[in-house]
Amino acid sequence: MAKQSAKSPAPMMTDPKGQTLVCLRTLSESEPATLATYLKLGGYQSLKRLVTEKTKATDIITEVKISGLRGRGGAGFPTGLKWSFMPRYFDGVKYLVCNTDEGEPGTFKDRDIIRYNPHQLIEGMAIAAYTLGARVGYNYIHGEIWQDYETFEAALKEAKEAGYLGENLFGTNFSFDLYAVHGYGAYICGEETALIESIEGKKGQPRFKPPFPASYGVFGKPTNVNNTESYASIPWIMQYGGQAFADLGVANSGGTKLFSVSGHVEKPGNYEVKMGTPFAELLAMAGGVWQGRKLKAVIPGGPSTAVIPASVMESTTMDYDGLSKARSSLGAGSMIVMDDSTCMVKALHRLSYFFYEESCGQCTPCREGTGWVYRVLDRIVKGQGKMEDLDLLTDISKNISGRTICALGEAAATPVISFIKHFRAEFEYYIEHGKSMVDSKAEQG
Amino acid sequence: MLSPQITEKIDYELTKYPADQRQAAVMSALRIVQTERGWLSQESMSEVAAYIGMPEIAVMEVASFYNMYDLAPVGKYKISICTNISCMLRNSDEIVDHLKHKLGVEFNQVSADGKFCLKEGECMGACGGAPLMIINNHTMHEFLTPAKVDAILDELK
Repeated sequence: MAKQSAKSPAPMMTDPKGQTLVCLRTLSESEPATLATYLKLGGYQSLKRLVTEKTKATDIITEVKISGLRGRGGAGFPTGLKWSFMPRYFDGVKYLVCNTDEGEPGTFKDRDIIRYNPHQLIEGMAIAAYTLGARVGYNYIHGEIWQDYETFEAALKEAKEAGYLGENLFGTNFSFDLYAVHGYGAYICGEETALIESIEGKKGQPRFKPPFPASYGVFGKPTNVNNTESYASIPWIMQYGGQAFADLGVANSGGTKLFSVSGHVEKPGNYEVKMGTPFAELLAMAGGVWQGRKLKAVIPGGPSTAVIPASVMESTTMDYDGLSKARSSLGAGSMIVMDDSTCMVKALHRLSYFFYEESCGQCTPCREGTGWVYRVLDRIVKGQGKMEDLDLLTDISKNISGRTICALGEAAATPVISFIKHFRAEFEYYIEHGKSMVDSKAEQG
Repeated sequence: MLSPQITEKIDYELTKYPADQRQAAVMSALRIVQTERGWLSQESMSEVAAYIGMPEIAVMEVASFYNMYDLAPVGKYKISICTNISCMLRNSDEIVDHLKHKLGVEFNQVSADGKFCLKEGECMGACGGAPLMIINNHTMHEFLTPAKVDAILDELK
């Protein structure tokens, strides 16, 4: 892209906790969310340079491809490739959408970007808008984090007043308006086409693809949808170069990744680390398993990714290939840690209720299937399960998977299949004795 | 009639969308009306439909699809508590029991004095602070303990 000379050498970015800060790089400052702080770190300079030097879109996309950035919302699709799908010439308004609708249990990383480093997201979106020719952008934010929505709206106002959003930016003919919009309690709106429906003021029911948003998105116009963390990585890539970003990670997994660590750890929270970081290191950063207990299992990327038993997890690295080798996936980096006091039957029971409650009702296999799964698990938890229920659960799940418009069906099936596969003895014990194996052991002391 | 305070806020939301896409503002409009009036009655939804210029049934579809809209009164303070897996692993059940006992309500009930309503929410996207709850769709309280819940409730007059 742009002249190599314009790029600065990448700074050392390891913080005292051992994190490598890209998307949350303002965290090392005293007032992380302010424009002044972001400017101090070189913020908005890449946008200004690209726009005023009239850098070619194809050069920017090439740089994003070099960075190895893959969609951080869960699918892991290469961002540069996605950008190349947007039609270059279109007679009318093209849209840019950011997905900050985190509703998958265990996912809360984008929340920290909008509340601690909102300007980096704004700059990332503005760079994307310049590259893709989008005139208007929306950041769709999960309704439950209302105070963070307000923080982001305030940052938008600040950016606009400082001349980083709006008309004819930096005296050029590039204009970009960016707005915050919100969900109001629907997990399904994290799915990009449901999110688009929601922006249009409708029920969040996914659209059949194709057509993909790149050709038919918001208001039927070409639309690029990326995750918050993906956009927030862009300014750093433009500032220090795609190769520098790729070098932070490992093969097939460029850059850093924000991991949301929740459940049974001493210090739950977000940790931004290099892709390829060993699980053990990340767990140690989060203070280890709480109360001195032993690790039992980890859901590495949110419940739509397969659960991994401790023995496998302990030797896994946190990147796309590492988790795929462990027969799961990186997902959104939502790591739910479970200690040895966890009853896997009850954990799955709760998750199955979630998917049943959040199915949008559009596709029969998902609408009915998630209900069946929940009811079968509910009878097991109530001591009325039958041994054949285990095969029934797996069978229903396999019949949901791949037979729905969106990925929620598959997301609902994955935990059922993986929990029963790895912890079958626990399910059998529950059915046989009408109570939890873990609770029984605890009672026996 | 929607008050001028309400329409001013809805008008601001409308500026975010093309002039021929007023329906896009319905999510915000319902949120604004609910915040002012406490919940969404059929009448409120009709008023929103008329103001935005969309069919009443389409407003109703949206209001009933998203679970933060309340189609029945929820008292002065609606407490939404998350019980999903990350919260469950950090003993949200204990917080739920404490709230039910303290307020004398089950889920979806309003306390006898009309002050509190307890709702079971789905994942709120803040699992690092589990267990957690939100008051009136706005203020989030994290790292809850029974003692912390007591202190929060004492502040709500």
